[in-house]
Amino acid sequence: MSGTVGVIVFPGTNCEHDAVEALERLGADARLVFHTETSLQGLDALVLPGGFAHGDYLRPGAIARFSPIMEAVSAFASDGGPVVGICNGFQVLCEAHLLPGALQKNRGLTFLCESAVLRVTSTRSVLTSGAELGQELVVPINHFSGSYTCDLETLRQLRDEDRIVLRYVENPNGSLDDIAGISNEAGNVVGLMPHPERASSPLLGSEDGLVLLSSLLSAAAVA
Amino acid sequence: MATNSPSEEPLHRALGLTDSEFGEIVDVLGRQPNSLELALYGVMWSEHCSYKSSRIHLKRLPTEGPTVLVGPGENAGVVDAGDGIAVAIRIESHNHPSAIEPHQGAATGVGGILRDIFTMGARPLAIMDPLFFGVPDDARQRWLVEGVVGGISNYGNSVGVPTVGGELTFDRCYQTNPLVNVLCVGALPVERLVLGQASGTGNLAVLLGSSTGRDGIGGVSVLASAGFDGEDGAASLDDAKRPSVQVGDPYEEKRLIEACLALLDEGLVVGIQDLGGAGLACATSETAARGRVGMDVDVSAVPRREPGMEPWEVMTSESQERMLAIVTPESMPKVEELCARWEVRCAVVGRVTDPEYDADGEPIGQLRIRDGFDGQILADVPAASLADDAPLYNRPMAEPSQRAAILADDPTADAAGIDATAALLSLLMDPAPVYRQYDHQLFLNTVIGPGADAALLRLAGPGLPSSTKGMALSTDSNPRWCALDPRKATSATVAEGMANVAVTGATSVAVVNCLNFGNPEHPEVMWQLSESIDGMAEACTALGLPVIGGNVSLYNESGGIDIDPTPVIGTLGLLDVLVSRPPSFDWHEGESVVLLGARSAPGESHHPLAGSRLAVDVLGRRGGRLFDLDLEAHARACTLVSSLVATHAAGKPGLLGSIHDVGSGGVAVATAEMAIAGGIGASLSGLDGVAEAFCERPGRFVATTDDVEALLATATAADVPAVVLGMVGGASLVLDGLLEVSVDALSAQSTGALVKALDAAG
Repeated sequence: MSGTVGVIVFPGTNCEHDAVEALERLGADARLVFHTETSLQGLDALVLPGGFAHGDYLRPGAIARFSPIMEAVSAFASDGGPVVGICNGFQVLCEAHLLPGALQKNRGLTFLCESAVLRVTSTRSVLTSGAELGQELVVPINHFSGSYTCDLETLRQLRDEDRIVLRYVENPNGSLDDIAGISNEAGNVVGLMPHPERASSPLLGSEDGLVLLSSLLSAAAVA
Repeated sequence: MATNSPSEEPLHRALGLTDSEFGEIVDVLGRQPNSLELALYGVMWSEHCSYKSSRIHLKRLPTEGPTVLVGPGENAGVVDAGDGIAVAIRIESHNHPSAIEPHQGAATGVGGILRDIFTMGARPLAIMDPLFFGVPDDARQRWLVEGVVGGISNYGNSVGVPTVGGELTFDRCYQTNPLVNVLCVGALPVERLVLGQASGTGNLAVLLGSSTGRDGIGGVSVLASAGFDGEDGAASLDDAKRPSVQVGDPYEEKRLIEACLALLDEGLVVGIQDLGGAGLACATSETAARGRVGMDVDVSAVPRREPGMEPWEVMTSESQERMLAIVTPESMPKVEELCARWEVRCAVVGRVTDPEYDADGEPIGQLRIRDGFDGQILADVPAASLADDAPLYNRPMAEPSQRAAILADDPTADAAGIDATAALLSLLMDPAPVYRQYDHQLFLNTVIGPGADAALLRLAGPGLPSSTKGMALSTDSNPRWCALDPRKATSATVAEGMANVAVTGATSVAVVNCLNFGNPEHPEVMWQLSESIDGMAEACTALGLPVIGGNVSLYNESGGIDIDPTPVIGTLGLLDVLVSRPPSFDWHEGESVVLLGARSAPGESHHPLAGSRLAVDVLGRRGGRLFDLDLEAHARACTLVSSLVATHAAGKPGLLGSIHDVGSGGVAVATAEMAIAGGIGASLSGLDGVAEAFCERPGRFVATTDDVEALLATATAADVPAVVLGMVGGASLVLDGLLEVSVDALSAQSTGALVKALDAAG
């Protein structure tokens, strides 16, 4: 149904195989792209998966943005290619300034691994185009630094431009405006803290993440 | 090493060796050892490394079975799971480091056990953490709980291995000596199985991973093989021992895992061994001893974290995140290339040498520590004498003198008049505030995660052949039972593990054990250890479960007071077909509630409460005679339950709406947890008073069903007693004549209990 998705692997990334498995379940071709590579030729969409890139040293994503592959990722994004950062991938995209704002430590100052209910609050992104506005999705979160923050001007802009794509129904981490995921202005770059690949089969208790990943694959097919 | 003037303590004693052990070393070498050699023996002959007090007892455990590929003695036990997949499992303790520095102590416990698993060629796939703390009524306990949980969370999450379960026990006997055990399971394509041995003269010993520093020196001898002195608990946990605790770096470990698995995939290593307790001394002597070869180690080639380190420090450092690989010289360039990809340091620190042969033609490999490969020989000892020839002790044993009085002090009769509702509420504690700090979902394998009877995972992972099988894991212990009767209690703990695994639909195939006991120089402790091992052997033999690995943690004492015996059993189960989520705790309106399993032991007319949570935690009574258990009847009940659940897991229509093992707190707690999970009450009757509601004998299960006739008939056909207790419905849990409490109250109490307990401590 779709093109080939590149899943970026930094040292310390750990959700790459899960992302590949969930994408392949939807019929996609997915391949791992090591961070030292410099070309993304032949790829129709990118996923920056979860984990602890470069050990999260300094700050989550702060070192990963300097990995050799990131120049190509930026170019891919500015060419309109679909790019989704999940969890640590979201943090990397913020540090790389492909998305605004930052992820700070959770309100309770502990790691949180649990189910969250998300509401789709915009469908004009590559991750939510196949979902319905207001649709509720059960998708796990798994992070220590997942509380989204940005300045008020940026928040106004995100709202005005309809770029807050997913919100928590019950805010687990103190995220500003209940934000779980945002997109760039064009809607082709999306970051979210929840893990759609972990809600990809009935055996895991939820398939709701497939709505999001299918949207990405649709975008990949036309990219 | 500092030289000792005649007036000071002899060096061997400072290193933890006795005078007679020193004499044996002189016999082995035929000369006086130098100080470096003595340091090597000091760590390798420590209790922690050599099992010198427990080995003669451990021999009594059954270790063989049709699916066992690797039994005890290697880095991990391995079973053949079918479909071309082997499963590696191991359990360890990190008790003393965690008592002194809880965050790093627990974190490095996780790191250490992961290396034991990927040493076998397996990718680590899941962790379980049985934790034991004192009663959380002081700030120190809160510091310990937060530190340990934070350390596991920080290391396990970052290194990318999910923590899928464990146990959380609070008891006064752990007030100054908490227990932090960690179990890890991994899987590998069966043909990739590797063992930690050196072979091939001229092959290279390559040290991978972190540089070597002064952290963790003497961890096995100073820390793990001695009790804490001092009269009051907290003060005795002396800060002076803190430098013996290692410091972990999960990012280094993550890259080390990926690099080592890649090296194994490419067939670039001959043998591989982790560096854990006793560091390089242990890894070099064990690989050489197993391969019956010698090894020259160039201590100057070891990458160091700081200048001025002495050879003995380099050899015994327990710096984390290091592995020793045996590599052919031809493979070395490719090894370097792969390590560079994962930014893992690698350095040739040793060479495999020919053994010499004794008069009987037996090979004797010498471990030689040199300053430069062709430089001065600093130490020269038979490798096997370090690894295998530690003295064996048959330490004196004595039944505790107060045992008769303890057995006579049975609490069962006193329970009849209690407020059962209040008792039930006080026993409920949802551990979610702990396990939500652990990534328990990575690899998309976790079908049933923490908080249930056992974890159930897909048998899947990167690089494994595809399979629809499942794998179940449970860790079980019961210090309350063991304080009364370590033999019966350990047998019952094995049975409890099997029951927990059965609830997932899996069949138990093997166990590992972590034996946490007090000071082995106390005859009562040796008696407890020996009894416990006999109980484990009896149950494992009767239930057909091989013991494929273990760890013994002794000297868990503080101020001369030993902990209650705490054998932890890790049980591995396998499930043939896992394509659908099996039923869990949550029962549903209108279902019939059925108690499966023998309600009392043969010849027993009542339900003994001795050792139960009701007796100990509510009545404050720690005496009495532990229940008897009919292991054959137990096995029948487990087989019935696992086949009922397996039907659901295979995606076929089954009889069950929900299922729960009757564990701590008995039927009362089991049904309360089902009411909380289902969000609905039940009206139940027919239990024989408070005693049957709260007694804890394993082998009983609470099941719910829409087809009660069929379930009863199935149970009868399997020769398993079954009795209908009532029906799910209503806003309250009612145990007729005993208690009535709203589901909301149960839920509120359970959810808040842990946070409240820890907050109150602040």
